[in-house]
Amino acid sequence: MIHTHRFETVVVGAGGAGLMAALYASQGSETAVLTKLYPTRSHTGTAQGGIGAALGNLEEDRAEWHTFDTIKGSDYLADQDAVDLMCQEAVEVIYELEHMGLPFDRTPEGKIAQRPFGGHTSNFGEKPVRRACHAADRTGHMILQTLYQQCIARNVRFFDEFHVLDLLLSADGQATGVVAYEIDSGDLHVFHGKALIFATGGFGRMWEITSNAHSLTGDGPAIALHKGIPLEDMEFFQFHPTGIYKMGILITEGVRGEGGILRNRDGERFMERYAPNLKDLASRDVVSRAIYLEVRDNKGIDGARYVHLDATHLGRQVVETKLADSAEFCKTYLGIDPAVEPMPVQPTAHYAMGGIPTNVDGEVQINAQGDVMPGFYAAGEVACVSVHGANRLGTNSLVDLVVFGKRAGKAAAAYCQQNDWVELPAETWEPTQAMLQNMMGSDGQHNVADLRTEMQALMMDKVGVFRTEEGIQSALNRVRELQESAQDITVMDKGKRFNTDVLEAIELQNLLDLAEVTAASALARTESRGAHSREDHKARDDENWLTHTYASKVDGKVSLDYAPVNITIHHPEERTY
Amino acid sequence: MRIQMRIRRFNPEADSKPWWGEYWVDVEESDRVLDALHQVKWYQDGTLTLRRSCAHGICGSDAMVINGRNALACKVLMQDVGDVCQVEPLRSMPLIKDLVVDMEPFFAKYRAVLPYLINDDLPAEGERYQSQEDRARYDDTTKCILCAACTTSCPSFWANEDYIGPAAIVQAHRFIFDNRDAAADLRLRVLNDVDGVWRCRTVFNCVQACPREIDVTRAIGEVKLALMNGLED
Repeated sequence: MIHTHRFETVVVGAGGAGLMAALYASQGSETAVLTKLYPTRSHTGTAQGGIGAALGNLEEDRAEWHTFDTIKGSDYLADQDAVDLMCQEAVEVIYELEHMGLPFDRTPEGKIAQRPFGGHTSNFGEKPVRRACHAADRTGHMILQTLYQQCIARNVRFFDEFHVLDLLLSADGQATGVVAYEIDSGDLHVFHGKALIFATGGFGRMWEITSNAHSLTGDGPAIALHKGIPLEDMEFFQFHPTGIYKMGILITEGVRGEGGILRNRDGERFMERYAPNLKDLASRDVVSRAIYLEVRDNKGIDGARYVHLDATHLGRQVVETKLADSAEFCKTYLGIDPAVEPMPVQPTAHYAMGGIPTNVDGEVQINAQGDVMPGFYAAGEVACVSVHGANRLGTNSLVDLVVFGKRAGKAAAAYCQQNDWVELPAETWEPTQAMLQNMMGSDGQHNVADLRTEMQALMMDKVGVFRTEEGIQSALNRVRELQESAQDITVMDKGKRFNTDVLEAIELQNLLDLAEVTAASALARTESRGAHSREDHKARDDENWLTHTYASKVDGKVSLDYAPVNITIHHPEERTY
Repeated sequence: MRIQMRIRRFNPEADSKPWWGEYWVDVEESDRVLDALHQVKWYQDGTLTLRRSCAHGICGSDAMVINGRNALACKVLMQDVGDVCQVEPLRSMPLIKDLVVDMEPFFAKYRAVLPYLINDDLPAEGERYQSQEDRARYDDTTKCILCAACTTSCPSFWANEDYIGPAAIVQAHRFIFDNRDAAADLRLRVLNDVDGVWRCRTVFNCVQACPREIDVTRAIGEVKLALMNGLED
């Protein structure tokens, strides 16, 4: 059965960016939010340590220092005008979250509490600064809950457990709607919109060790890619230094913000060698590489692929109040009490710096020249503004969500008021239904879980923290074979209701399509910058590579184009911490 | 180690009533029950249906009954389940398929307590101040992830599904005891209803079930006291 709906603004995804966008879009347009989960299940809820803004509640801080740190952290690949705007607007939006009821921790005088975080400094790199506003180590949980609460207060319309499978473009290339699969009934729904906002999050499930939820399969960027929209800077994917060994579950950078120390098998504080100034609070790409190099040098604990994160000297009070969730993960999954024993950690795939290219109003760009598709917006991890460049600073994902979610929501509402409805294309749900029927009827050779496991191991090994031409090329070749295998799979569940079997198969295809552009973008970039570290091209090459990558699929092949980085404030310098 | 999974199955398109499916899985001691369920789904029977997302106890998707007790499948380790791991959907919720239940009645009760800060009196600039003591007053109940493990473990809820349930009371507590909020009386009125807070018989199942270790019964008790004595300033 096919259902059709008309909403002026249709938001896809109900994490921090989607909910913030919905709050603002709904003030000027009739708004619906579609999510394949329930809103409170979104991955924003797992963010722990804090949200950065130069409130200066505990010591002097300035937005322009936050801007500098973000640009330096990005290894000079972020667009500087966008970064400056984000860091300026971050301050106001934190106050706005507090007004909405977000239960921030407080200073003794009752202001929002702040703590140090990796790469955040005062006076242009001089020393660590307390900038991360926090609510224990469940800041993301509080942001997600607070934004959802506000959506309830304002009667925002939700379609929970609706999995979007297609984007509908008009004949002249405008975004006019989406096709969603209602998971409970198995029915297809066509949502006709004036403005569409994609806020579907990241795709960390491409890698074996990841902090990301099972649901982070890059559905939004994959759908955009299928519709001819390029994906920007896909070669830059952040590995967070401290995931729980083997499991990937995140241990917040807040542990190091509170004074936690990384140690190798000799008990040495090895970050002193890699980042003499900021040490354990250097940028994430720097710390992740250091851990890999220690392990390679046989300095991993007991020779295995992990090091220790030591918080034993912080005292039980700090561990149990300021780092409560991280402590609980260790107790639950490892039987370790971090107030007494160090935590075993290894880098874990964490965050997509790349994604659907947008300008600062969330408008989606359809080429490297920056032309936009009218009525189509993206915000949050799915988008690449670019404010994170080649490496995101801790806390800035949450800043990005609220600042650009808000801007996209406002822009969508204004767009709806100024523009008429554009007709849907002649075919809407038909291709999606044909695809579903085809998959459901398939009795192919391959098992989805096997293909996914192989992709994850391959990407971890060849397109992970360190990369070489040979490795990336072999991964790319194999990903292309896996894409073919993923067309020849078995879906065991042939039913209509709550068929998560078929959805997992579609999610795998999405991940493989993104793996292909990730590897192709990484192969072409013959330099090392931020999270993209090429062992065969170890230096940063500003002469040739101070550019954003735009990868699209043209006639089944990956096509790469490039656009210059917007450098308006800080000239690129050597990056040391 | 090799463990038997007994999983309560129900396919609304084929079955007239639920049945037990039995499966054998090879798991590590440190694997989660969720990993074992994935093994069944991915390699034995793709029709097995469950909700899950973050897999580390934060998103609240995978609350279910494991060996008779409500828990998140991603927070129970296989080393703790014994030789047979029995898994069922949450009780007293409309069953959709296998381990998936209809969450809408649960969220309707959540919405009934006005779960959002109500206060239009904002400072001209900057944040509202709140003392550390005032912030600590409601800290415990901000941890709630709306997984429904508490509400569906409660005998009062089993007996009367109109009971608003511990999760909604926890959510109300989070605002009633936040001194920035100005609508405690509205929420207390909802909870003073015949199906409100008085249905709690302090059985403490909710405390055992809560994967976030919220002291649920204490929070409910504080709401009861506020109804009897009024809110202290």
